[in-house]
Amino acid sequence: MMAALQELRTAGTMQLRGLQVRCVRGGREVFSGLDFAIAGGEALAVTGRNGSGKTSLLRLIAGLLAPGGGSIAIEGGDAELTLPEQAHYLGHRDAQKPALSVMENLAFWRDFLGGESADAGECLDRVGLSHAVDLPAAYLSAGQRRRLSLARLLALRRPVWLLDEPTTALDAAGQTMFTGLMREHLAGGGLIVAATHGPLGIAARELQIGAAS
Amino acid sequence: MWRDIRIALRVGGGALIGVLFFLTVVVLMPFAVGPDLALLTRLGPAILWLGALLASLLTLDRLFMADLEDGSLDLILTSRTPLELTCAAKALAHWIAAGLPLVIATPVLGLLLNLDMVATGAVALTLLAGTPALTFTGMIGAALAVTLHRGGLLLAVLVLPLAIPVLIFGMAASQAAITGPMTFGAPFSILCALSLVSFVVGPFAAAASLRHGLD
Repeated sequence: MMAALQELRTAGTMQLRGLQVRCVRGGREVFSGLDFAIAGGEALAVTGRNGSGKTSLLRLIAGLLAPGGGSIAIEGGDAELTLPEQAHYLGHRDAQKPALSVMENLAFWRDFLGGESADAGECLDRVGLSHAVDLPAAYLSAGQRRRLSLARLLALRRPVWLLDEPTTALDAAGQTMFTGLMREHLAGGGLIVAATHGPLGIAARELQIGAAS
Repeated sequence: MWRDIRIALRVGGGALIGVLFFLTVVVLMPFAVGPDLALLTRLGPAILWLGALLASLLTLDRLFMADLEDGSLDLILTSRTPLELTCAAKALAHWIAAGLPLVIATPVLGLLLNLDMVATGAVALTLLAGTPALTFTGMIGAALAVTLHRGGLLLAVLVLPLAIPVLIFGMAASQAAITGPMTFGAPFSILCALSLVSFVVGPFAAAASLRHGLD
């Protein structure tokens, strides 16, 4: 793990930059003229009231929404890959198949998403799910499902983490664990963009959407 | 790719529903037509084909909708696996889980319709060649339905016109084998060609639809 992190660091600092980003959904402008830039090792906390477009911004970066204008680009990453292919998107929905076991769910996404991967069992251990490896995902609680989603971030190394209210449903211990994971990711030169209402627990720059209105 | 198939097999459970529906349609038909064995024999292939067509439609809308609902589609779109390949794998998985059981069930249902061995074999063979085309063209409809956030009936309206050529040549081949005078080979080759074309066009069209419909 440490060797991999070192390697990421020497790959040069990455920068994620958005210029005059505009978002239109259902014919209605959500936000416009949004500028942001973060470099490797930095975190960006996206805040704003409900419906201000925090999730939309994350989905724009993940390439899941077509931008209504402006540009979002990553510099210094792997030139062969697009931005979405270098990003982990952790949304509200967990993308877990209830009929598959915890381990199968994780291993499937790890192999399917493609890239440099880690041992799935180890990742589950780190998020505190090692006792539930063979349990069908249908029997997981909301917090456990969230932990399983977090394990996906670890199982596959991608430099950009896009987190949509990542601490939802996590207990206190889970939040501490997650803060540790984020610190480690940043220390390895990764980037984090997180939509959040509460404190993230790490040093982060703040981007407030819809402050003027 | 094989994981996709396994997920479809284990999660879907659609195979049995499809076959059950197929069975119901075919069993109901003799009651509707009446106790005329000769008529039943003549209609048999058509009934089997229509039943299989409707049964394959029944499970098709879950193809992408399930992934949309649990967020899997988001991850699929950020994957390094090409979307076209994913679509092809999903369609293949769907066909193995839902299409193949229909083909296997056909000989049994042929008995109910007073079809002889040759006729049953011909229908089963044409279904084997034709149902992949139904799945792969149906996938285009499923992808469109997902991006438009409408399910169910819209899918049927979109997909059924695309299924017409398959139905025509599937029936033509079956009839040719049973009654003549045409040869079995020509319509059957066209049926196979339709399937092969849909293998190529289906995944690309579905992937393009998913990419464009991002929202």
